Amino acid sequence: MAMHESIFDYSRYRYLWVSMVLSLGSIVAYLWHDPIGEPNGGSWLGYTLGTIGALLILWLLWFGIRKRSYKSRVGTMRGWLSAHVYLGTSLILIAFLHSGFQVGWNIHTLALVLMLIVIFSGFFGVYTYVRYPAVMTRNRDSATRQSLLDEIAELDAQALQLADTVDPKVHAAVLRSIERTEIGGSFITLLRPSDETDNALDQVKTFMEQRDKPAAGAPKKDMSTMFAMVDFLSAGSADAKSDALRKLLDTLARKRSLTDRITRDLQVQALMEIWLYVHVPLSMALLAALTAHVVSVFFYW
Amino acid sequence: MAERFQIAIVGSGPGGLSAAAHAAELGVSHVLLEAEPHLSNTIYRYQKGKHVMDEPGILPLRSPLEFKAGTREAILGAWNDGVARLAVNVKHGHEVSKITAQPGGGFLVECANKAQMIADRVVLGIGLQGNIRKLGVPGEDLPIVQYTLDDPGAFSGETIVVVGAGDAAIENALALAKQNTVIVINRRDEFARAKEGNLRGICKAIEEGTMPCYYNPGPEKVEALNVGRKKGRLVLQTPQGRAQILIDRIIARLGASAPRGFVEGCGVKFPSKDPSAVPAISPQYESNVPGLYIVGALAGYPLIKQAMNQGYEVVEYILGRKVEPADEPLLRDRLKNVPNFRSVDAFIADIQRNVPLLSQITPLQLREFLLDSEIHAPKPGATVFAKNDYTNTFFSIVEGEVEVVVDAAQNRRIKLKRGEFFGEMGLISGRRRAATVLAGPGAVLIETPRRSMNRLIQSVEAVKREIDKVFIARALQSRFTPESPIERLNEVVESARIVQFKAGDIVFNEGDPGDCVHLIRRGSLTISRQIGGKDVVLSYVAAGNYVGEMALLGDSRRSATVRAAIASETIRVEGEAFKRLIQRDPILRARLQAEYSARTASNLAMQQMPAGGDIISFLIAQGAGEATDILLIDEALCVRCDNCEKACAETHGGTSRLDREAGPTFANVHVPTSCRHCEHPHCMKDCPPDAIHRAPNGEVYIADNCIGCGNCERNCPYGVIHLAAKPPKKPGLLSWLMFGAGPGPGEAPYDPKAGKSSEKKAVKCDMCKDLKGGPACVRACPTGAAIRIGPEEFRAYARNRS
Ligand SMILES: Cc1cc2nc3c(=O)[nH]c(=O)nc-3n(C[C@H](O)[C@H](O)[C@H](O)COP(=O)(O)OP(=O)(O)OC[C@H]3O[C@@H](n4cnc5c(N)ncnc54)[C@H](O)[C@@H]3O)c2cc1C
Ligand code: HEM
Ligand code: SF4
Ligand code: SF4
Repeated sequence: MAMHESIFDYSRYRYLWVSMVLSLGSIVAYLWHDPIGEPNGGSWLGYTLGTIGALLILWLLWFGIRKRSYKSRVGTMRGWLSAHVYLGTSLILIAFLHSGFQVGWNIHTLALVLMLIVIFSGFFGVYTYVRYPAVMTRNRDSATRQSLLDEIAELDAQALQLADTVDPKVHAAVLRSIERTEIGGSFITLLRPSDETDNALDQVKTFMEQRDKPAAGAPKKDMSTMFAMVDFLSAGSADAKSDALRKLLDTLARKRSLTDRITRDLQVQALMEIWLYVHVPLSMALLAALTAHVVSVFFYW
Repeated sequence: MAERFQIAIVGSGPGGLSAAAHAAELGVSHVLLEAEPHLSNTIYRYQKGKHVMDEPGILPLRSPLEFKAGTREAILGAWNDGVARLAVNVKHGHEVSKITAQPGGGFLVECANKAQMIADRVVLGIGLQGNIRKLGVPGEDLPIVQYTLDDPGAFSGETIVVVGAGDAAIENALALAKQNTVIVINRRDEFARAKEGNLRGICKAIEEGTMPCYYNPGPEKVEALNVGRKKGRLVLQTPQGRAQILIDRIIARLGASAPRGFVEGCGVKFPSKDPSAVPAISPQYESNVPGLYIVGALAGYPLIKQAMNQGYEVVEYILGRKVEPADEPLLRDRLKNVPNFRSVDAFIADIQRNVPLLSQITPLQLREFLLDSEIHAPKPGATVFAKNDYTNTFFSIVEGEVEVVVDAAQNRRIKLKRGEFFGEMGLISGRRRAATVLAGPGAVLIETPRRSMNRLIQSVEAVKREIDKVFIARALQSRFTPESPIERLNEVVESARIVQFKAGDIVFNEGDPGDCVHLIRRGSLTISRQIGGKDVVLSYVAAGNYVGEMALLGDSRRSATVRAAIASETIRVEGEAFKRLIQRDPILRARLQAEYSARTASNLAMQQMPAGGDIISFLIAQGAGEATDILLIDEALCVRCDNCEKACAETHGGTSRLDREAGPTFANVHVPTSCRHCEHPHCMKDCPPDAIHRAPNGEVYIADNCIGCGNCERNCPYGVIHLAAKPPKKPGLLSWLMFGAGPGPGEAPYDPKAGKSSEKKAVKCDMCKDLKGGPACVRACPTGAAIRIGPEEFRAYARNRS
C-alpha cells in the first residue's frame, strides 16, 4: 500500500545495504591488498577504486539530468535520491581508500576537497529536508503565502484608514512603515529582517502616552508592553479617537505577527534551497577537477 | 386579428434559426420569435473571440446556414448574413410567454410584449439557458439597468447598485468595488447560495463598511434622471422606511428561470422530476402535444450541429416529407459488423423485440442511444470486461449469451442470455467491476456510455425500475451468497428496498435496535462511536460493502453510529428475512462471523488511537469520501520544491493540473488541489460533447473533442479543472543544458498567454494514464512526500499515521 516514506527507508533501505556492501568490500580489499610500496591510486586496487569513484561521481551528477527528465520511467525520484544520498556518502570512503590517504597541494587533492565540500553540503541539505518541512507547516498554519500577503495588504489599508481618523503624525508614521515594509529580498536580508512595523507601533504608543497622560491622571509606570497599553486603554476614556487608536494597535500588532510568519516562511524555504547553490556549482567544478585529475594521471605520471 | 403563420419558431438558437432559414428557403410562411435583440443568445453570450467547435466531426451538416468551426464572431456573422439573404421573418424582442392549442387546430402564441399570432405548428428551440430574471419593477428595462456584466474593469468612479445574492452578483460586486462605489441589494436576509470564497469576500466588505448592503428590501422603481450628477435613482422599501439611492447603474444578477416551467405550461410532459430529464419526443421531434415540436438542447441534443440538423429536419417533417435522419449513414456504419445486418430500422426493431429493457423507449431515443453506443460482436471466450476494471459502461445483450465469472478460483460462471443486461453495478456504484464477463457463442452486445445510460434511467421510469430490481438481486447475491442459486435469496430480495441518504445523514445510531442490514450501492459511510463525549470515527466503508450485520449476529443493539460520508444509496434488507437467510446458509453465517470479528478487532484498534479517526474525518471533510484516488502530501516530508507541479506541467502540455500549495492540512496531511477521480464525477454532468470519460484504471480524463464550454470547470466542486490553451513548444533538455536555449525543463514557458486563448480546452489530471509506472507528480517527488491512495486504504493510512 502507498504510504509516505522518506528517502532513507526507500525499498527497505535497499541503497543503504548497497552502499554498506560497497564500503565493506572496499575496506576488506584495501586491508587484504598488499601493494608494492605504499597504498595509492597507482596500484590495481587504486585503479579499481578510482574507476568506481569516478563512475559514481558521474552518476551522482546525472541526478541533475534525471531530476529534469519528467517523462523518464527509470525509477522514481525518491529512489534516485535515496541512492544518491547513500552512495554519495560511501564515496568519502572510496575516495580515501583510492588515494591511500595521501594528500598534497595538487590537482588530485583539489578534486578530493571539492568532492568533500559537495558531499558535506549534501549532508546539510538532507538535514534541512528532514528538519524544516514540519517547521514550515506549523508556521504557515494552513494559510498560503499569498493569503498571508493579501491579509497584510488589507491590514495596511485598514491601518491607514484608522490612522487618518487619529492624527496626521500617526498617519505619517503608519504610511512610512507601510512604504518601508519589505518582505523577502536577498538571503542576507531574509536572515536579518528589519520590520518597520515595530517603529510604527512604537510611535503610536508614544503618541498615546502623550495624549492620554493628562487625561488618565497618574501615568502608569510600565508603558512599554503592548498588553499594558491595551489594559490601560480599556480602563481609560473611550472616545472615538482612543477607540480608533486601540484598533490601530491591534491592526499593527496583527500585521507584525503576520510579517514575522512570512519572513520565517521565506527563511525556511531559503534554507531548504540555498545549499543547492553550493552543491550544484561545486559539483560542476568537481567534474572539471576530476577530468583534470584523470587526464594528468594518464598522461603525465 | 392575430396574424397567421404555417410555422412559428420560438428561439433563434442554432436549432430554431436553422428551422426558420429552411422554411424561408422553401417559401413556407413562418415567423421566428426571439426574446433578445440579436440572434442566438446562447452563442452571443460566449466569451468574445471564443473558438466554437463543430463536434461531432463525422456528422454531416444539413442546413441552409453555414456552420464550421471558427470564432464566435465569424459564426454569428455568417448566420446574420444567411438570415438576411434568405429573408427570414425574424421578430426580435418577442419573448414568448404562452402557447395554447386552439380548439379548431393550430396554436395561439402570446408574447410578453403583448404581441399575438396564430400558427398551425410550433417549433420550440429555446435551449436550456432559460430567461434572465429581471427586477420586476417599473424601469427594469431602462438602459441604466443591466443584467449581464462582461468586463467589470470597464466602469470606474460610478455608483453602482448590484442586486442579487448568488455567486455572479457577489463576484461582480467585489470586482466593481475596486474602482467604484458599490451598494449591494440582497433580496433575502443572507447570502446562503454562494461559494465559500465569495461569501467570505462579501461578508468582509459589508462588515468593514466599504460596501453597504440592504437585506430584504422591496425595490419599488428605477427612474432615469436628467438633472444632477447621477444618471438615475432607485427607490426601495427598507425595514427603516422608504429610501432612494442615486446611481449611475444597476447591475441585477438574479439568475435565470429554467425553461422547464414554461415548457410544461405549454402542455409538454417531462418523464420525471429529475432536472436532467428531457421531454419525450417522436422520431419526427413532435412532443406529446400534437403539432408542437421540440429541437435542440431542450430536446436533449446539446451541440450546435445537432440542433441545426434538427431544425432542418423538423421543417421537412412538418411538410410531410420523409427525410433520412442525418445520422442514418453513421448508424449504418456503426452497425455494419453486426452479423446478418440488414437495415438500421430492422436492427432497431430487433432490439425492441429482444431486449425488454430497451423496448420501453421510443425509436428516436433508441437511435440516439445506438449512436452513443458501440456495437460489439466479440468472439466466444473474449473478455468483455475484466474484474476490477474501472469502466462504467452498460451492456445489453441483443443476441447470443455471455458468461459472468462469479468465482474465479472455482471457475463458477453464470450465463446471461439474449435480452438481459450487465454492467449496471459499475454504472451505479461508480466502483470497479465486480466480476469478469466473457463473451459466449453468437454474442452481439450494445455498450452504452454512462451519460447516455443515466439519461435514459432518468427519463424513463420503467428502465430505472427494471435496472434497480435486477441490481438488488445481483448485488445481494454476489455479496452474500455467491455459491448458492439466486432463488435462495428470494425472500431477502423481496424485503429489500433502496434508501437514499444525503451527506451527513444518519443511517442508524449507536444504541438503536438492530432491525436491518444495509448494503451500500453508491457513496460511502463512516462508522463512529461516542468516546468520552466525542464522536470518534472508527472506520470508513465504501460502496459494495455492508453495515449493520453486527446487531443481527450478536447483540441486538447497534454498537456504533453510521453516517453517510457523501450522498449515498443503500439496499436495506429487513433483519428478520436476513436472519432466516443466515440460519439456512451455514457458509454465509461462517463468513459473516469471520468478517464480524475482523471488524470488531479493527474497530478496537482504531478506538485506541483516536488521532487516526481524526485523520479519516479530515479526509472525509475534504470530499475524499467520493474519491477513487486522491493525492496526499505529507508536509513533514515535503520540501516545497514544486517538482510535482513541474513534472505535471512537463508531461501535460505545459500546464500543471495540480496546485500543491493550495488546500487544507491536518496533522501534516495536506490535500492539495488535485483531481480525486470521483466515483461519480461531477465534471461529467453537463459536458455537451460527452468528452469526459473514465479509463479502465479509474482515471477520469477529458478527450480531444472537448469544446471548451467550461461547464466541467464550474461543476467540479474541488476546482481542479482549468481552461487552457496549448503553450508553445519548449527546447529539448540537451539544447537547454548545452546552449542555454529557451525556458528549461520545469521552468515556465516563454509567455503563458502566448497560446491562442480562443482555443482553450478544459484540462485536468489524467493520472498520467498514458505513461507507464504511475503519475508523474508522485514519481517526481524527491522526498516521498506525495502519494496517491484510494479509499480502501484510508483506514490503514490513518492507522499508520497516528
Ligand atoms: C460557453 C458555452 C460554449 C459552448 N461551445 C460549444 C461549441 O463550441 N460547439 C458546440 O457545438 N456547442 C457548444 N455549446 C453548446 C451550444 O451552445 C448549445 O448546444 C446550442 O446553443 C443549443 O442550441 P438551441 O438552438 O437548442 O438553443 P440556444 O442556442 O440556447 O438558443 C435559444 C434561443 O431561444 C431564445 N429564447 C429562450 N426563451 C425564449 C422565449 N420564451 N421566447 C423567445 N425566445 C426565447 C434565447 O434568447 C436564445 O436565443 C456551448 C455552450 C456553452 C454554454
Ligand atoms: C560528489 C558527490 C555528489 C555530487 C556530484 C552530487 C551532485 C548533485 C546534483 C548534480 C544534484 C542536482 C541538483 C539539482 O539539479 O537541483 C544533487 C542534488 C542533491 N544532492 Fe547531491 N551530489 C553529491 C553527493 C551528495 C551527498 C553525499 C548527499 C547527501 C548526503 C547529496 C544530497 C543531495 C540532495 C538532498 C539533493 C537535492 C535533491 C532535490 O531536492 O532534488 N548529494 N546532487
Ligand atoms: S475533476 Fe472534479 S468532479 Fe471531476 S473527477 Fe476530478 S475532482 Fe471529481
Ligand atoms: S469544457 Fe468541460 S464540459 Fe465543456 S466540453 Fe470540455 S470537457 Fe466537456
